[in-house]
Amino acid sequence: MPYISVEEHLPGITGLLEYRKDSAEPIRELTQYLLRGPSTLTEGERELIATIVSYNNQCRFCTAAHTAAADLLFDDDSVTEKVKQNIETSPVSEKMKALLMIAWHVQQGGKEVTTSDIVRAKDAGATDIEIHDTVLIAALFCLYNRYVDGLATVAPPAPEFYKGLAERLVNHGYTRLPQGYDHLKKK
Amino acid sequence: MPHIQVPEGVPGIRSLVMFRPETGQYLYKLAQVLLREESPLTPAERELIATHVSARNACVFCMSSHAAAARELYKEDRAIVDCVIRDGDAAPVTPKMKALLVIAGHVQQNGKNVTEADIAAARAEGATDRDIHDTVLIAAAFSMFNRYVDGLASFTPTDPKEYDAMGVRLAAVGYTLPKPVSA
Repeated sequence: MPYISVEEHLPGITGLLEYRKDSAEPIRELTQYLLRGPSTLTEGERELIATIVSYNNQCRFCTAAHTAAADLLFDDDSVTEKVKQNIETSPVSEKMKALLMIAWHVQQGGKEVTTSDIVRAKDAGATDIEIHDTVLIAALFCLYNRYVDGLATVAPPAPEFYKGLAERLVNHGYTRLPQGYDHLKKK
Repeated sequence: MPHIQVPEGVPGIRSLVMFRPETGQYLYKLAQVLLREESPLTPAERELIATHVSARNACVFCMSSHAAAARELYKEDRAIVDCVIRDGDAAPVTPKMKALLVIAGHVQQNGKNVTEADIAAARAEGATDRDIHDTVLIAAAFSMFNRYVDGLASFTPTDPKEYDAMGVRLAAVGYTLPKPVSA
């Protein structure tokens, strides 16, 4: 049971973002820009960064949600699975391997990112903006994971829940639904 | 030296948001909402939570700048800030703030480290849902800000006077986006 009183039909992050809307807005806008805005990284690659950070923070809700979003964007379930097992042997580009290693180090602590991590990414063709966005996406998911788990929100066990959520994240994005979320209440 | 080409000589997060104002605008808005706008916690108490988390993450830039802001806001009680940096448990703050600082410290480690006992202890001292929510979100936000600032190795001034000036500005005007450098 969550530590504070949030709407029961909104598990995970959604109930928290609805609980306090003035803080939710810049968080939603930041996420929309970083994960869906103009970028030389694909939406799938950016969801992969969100996934690996959430997975290493052991945040069940965020890991399941962003895994499902990445799987949908890649139209392939195996990429997220292999990245979780081992970044170095996963079927992503050398540049993405370097960026995922940076994200993984950010998850451990900002100071864990080394000059050699950065050199490797630049040698693989990563731009300053790509490195910046990778670090900020990883840092942002350290916020989300702590927000979601620090208030003990509910992570539904059913995989179908995350498939539905992923469709919303892929088709609509991260901004608040214009009609709100009352339509998700069980009839 | 910073890992990416940010404006030279500009410290910490300011250099990063000048590099990328598209994301910087939301980061500053979030800081302003969480640390200055409506909350049952005072701006001083919220800066103290930011300082506590940044100290535990050993993020010198964030710790020093938010400690300076907290000292300005606590005024004659400014010694509280350095007590919290040294040892949160022994700091002369209210029992409610002490319990909230424990929650913030656990969020800094990992969200899962916040226990039912932590929450019960805060409630026993009068903490409301909103006190607990704001504490967790501020601590989570500084887990982000600290990683952003250190993950890109942004410039960290070593002269304490520079932070005193930041503290005065943050206490007086809050969090406003610096002007981007023209290309």
